[in-house]
Amino acid sequence: MLAIATIALFSLFFVIPLAWLLLAPTKTATQLNALQGEQPLSFGSFGTLAENWNTLAAFQHGIIWTWLGNSVLYSAAALLITLIVTIPAGYALALTNFKLRRVLLVATLLVMLIPNTALALPIFLEINAVHLVGTPLAVILPFSFFPFGVYLTYIYFSTSISHDLLDAARVDGASEFKVFRRIALPLAKPVIALVGFFSFVTNWNNYFLPFVMVPGKKAPIQVGLAELISNVPLFNPTTVSSITISLPQLALATVISITPVLIVFLFSQRFLVAGLTAGATKE
Amino acid sequence: MAPAAAPSSGRQQVSRRPRSRHHAQARIGYLFSSGYALLLLAFGVGPMVYALYLAFTKAGKFVGFANFEKVFGDFRYLPAVQHVAAFLAIWLVSLMVLVVLLALIVHAVRARWLSSSTRFLFYIPGALAGSASVMLWLFLLDPSVSPVSVVLRQFGFENFIQTVALDHLPVIFTVIAFWTGAGGWIIIMYGALNNISIEVMEAARIDGAGSVKTALYIQIPLLRKWIAYMAVISLAAGTQLFVEPKILSLASRGVVPKDYSPNQLAYIFAFGPQADFNGSAAISMILLVVAMALAAFFVFRGGLFERG
Repeated sequence: MLAIATIALFSLFFVIPLAWLLLAPTKTATQLNALQGEQPLSFGSFGTLAENWNTLAAFQHGIIWTWLGNSVLYSAAALLITLIVTIPAGYALALTNFKLRRVLLVATLLVMLIPNTALALPIFLEINAVHLVGTPLAVILPFSFFPFGVYLTYIYFSTSISHDLLDAARVDGASEFKVFRRIALPLAKPVIALVGFFSFVTNWNNYFLPFVMVPGKKAPIQVGLAELISNVPLFNPTTVSSITISLPQLALATVISITPVLIVFLFSQRFLVAGLTAGATKE
Repeated sequence: MAPAAAPSSGRQQVSRRPRSRHHAQARIGYLFSSGYALLLLAFGVGPMVYALYLAFTKAGKFVGFANFEKVFGDFRYLPAVQHVAAFLAIWLVSLMVLVVLLALIVHAVRARWLSSSTRFLFYIPGALAGSASVMLWLFLLDPSVSPVSVVLRQFGFENFIQTVALDHLPVIFTVIAFWTGAGGWIIIMYGALNNISIEVMEAARIDGAGSVKTALYIQIPLLRKWIAYMAVISLAAGTQLFVEPKILSLASRGVVPKDYSPNQLAYIFAFGPQADFNGSAAISMILLVVAMALAAFFVFRGGLFERG
C-alpha cells in the first residue's frame, strides 16, 4: 500500500509539470496568471494556441525554425557518427584483448567524468585554431565523442555476452569480424537503442558547447530558448525589443524545443522501459 | 590422436593456434576502437592537455601556480565552490536513496502495465534536460503562474524572486536535476534488477526473507556497480552546474548571481572583459581534480572495473 502511494506521489511529481507545460500555450497571459480563478491544469482554447503560435513563428522572421533545423542537423549527424564508432569500441573493450585496452578503458572513464563545460573552452580554442568555429562541424564532431556510450556498451557486452559463447564461435571457424556481426551485434540491439537515445537526448539538450561555438543564427534551439528570455518583459523589464514574447509564447517555444525528443520517446517507449533487460532475458 | 605419436607436434599445434587467434583478437580490438580513440584524442585528451598547458602558462610562458593563486584570490571563487558543494551534497544523497528505492518499488510491482507505465512516466521529463527544463521550472517556481503555487505559498514564497533566494538554490537545483534525470537511472536500475537470477530471488524467498531483507542483502549489493556508476556520472554532471544558474540568473534580474557556480566563473574569466583563458583553464583544472578524486573513490568502492 505504501509502495503504491509512493509511486502515485512520484508520478504526480514527474507528470504535473509536463502536463502544465503542454496546456500553457493554449492560454493567454492573463489566463496563465489565473487572475480569474482558472485552474492551473485547464485548457485554454485552440484560438489562443493559434495566436501564440503565429506570434512566435513571426518573431525575428521565424528564427525559431532556423534554431530547430540547426538542432536536428547537429544531433542527427552526431548520432550517426556516435553509433558507428561507439558500438564496436565498446565491444572491443569488453570482449577482445589488446595491449591498449586497459589504457583506453581508464581514459574513457576519466574523460567521461570530466565536466563537459571544463572541456568546452579548450575544445573551442582547438576548433578555433583549425578555423572551424561557427561551422556545423564545430558542434557535430565534439558531439560525436561520447565516452558515456562506450562505457555503457562496454558494461553491456561484458555482462550479457560470455567469452565462452564467442570462443565457441571461434572454434567453429568464425572470423573475429563474423563473431561480432553474427553474435554480438544481434544481441546488442538494446544497448544500441540506449546509446543512441542518450546521445540524441544529451546532444539535443546540450547548451554550453553550442553556446560558445555557434552563436546567433547557427545556434540550436536550446541556446535560442535562453535567448528568448531576454525578450520577455516580465523577466527583463528593460527589454528594448518592440516585439516581445509573452509567457504562454515562451511556454510554446519550450514545447516546440522538446517535441522531437518527446516523439522519439513515445515511439521507443516499449523498448526504453525494457531498457537493458531485453538482451538479458534471452540468455 | 594417439598420445604416443609425435607429442611435440601436438604441443606445437596447441600453442600456435591460440596465439594466432590472440593476434586476430588484438587486430579487431584495435580496428574497432580506432575511430573512438581518434575522437578521444581530439576532443578528450587533446583539450585536457591544452587546458593543463593554459592553466600553468600566461602568454605562452610558464608561470607555475600564478593562475591558480589569482583564481583562489578572486572574491567570487570561494562562494561559487560552496554553492556547488551544497548542491552536490543534497543532490547525490537524495538521488541515490530515491532512485534505488523507486527502482525497487517499481520492480516489485506485479502488474506489468503499472510497472511499465510508471517507468515511462518517470522517464518522460528526461526529454527536457538542459535549458528546456530550467525554462519550465522558471514557470513552476513563480507563484503567480505555477500550478503548485499552493505549495510555494506554504513555504511563504509570494513571488519568483523570493522563491529563488540564494539559500534555496541547492534544493531547487536538486529538484530540477532529479525531475529531469532520475527516471533514466530508475530504468537502468530496474534493468539491473531484472538481471538478478530468478533462482537467487527464489532462494531468498524460501529462506523467509521479506522484500526489505531481500533488497538490503541481495538486490542492493548486486546493484553496487550501477549505483557507483550513477554516482560517478551524477557527480560529473553536478560539478559542471552551468545552465541552471545561468538561466535563473537571466530570469531573476541578477538575484541569482552570474557567478553562482565555478563553471560560470570560468566562463566569465574567458569570455568576460578580462578574456583570461589561463584563469579559466585553472578553474577547469581544479574542477577536474576534485571530480577525479571523488570518482576514483567510487570506482574503487563500486568495482567499476571488474569485468562481469
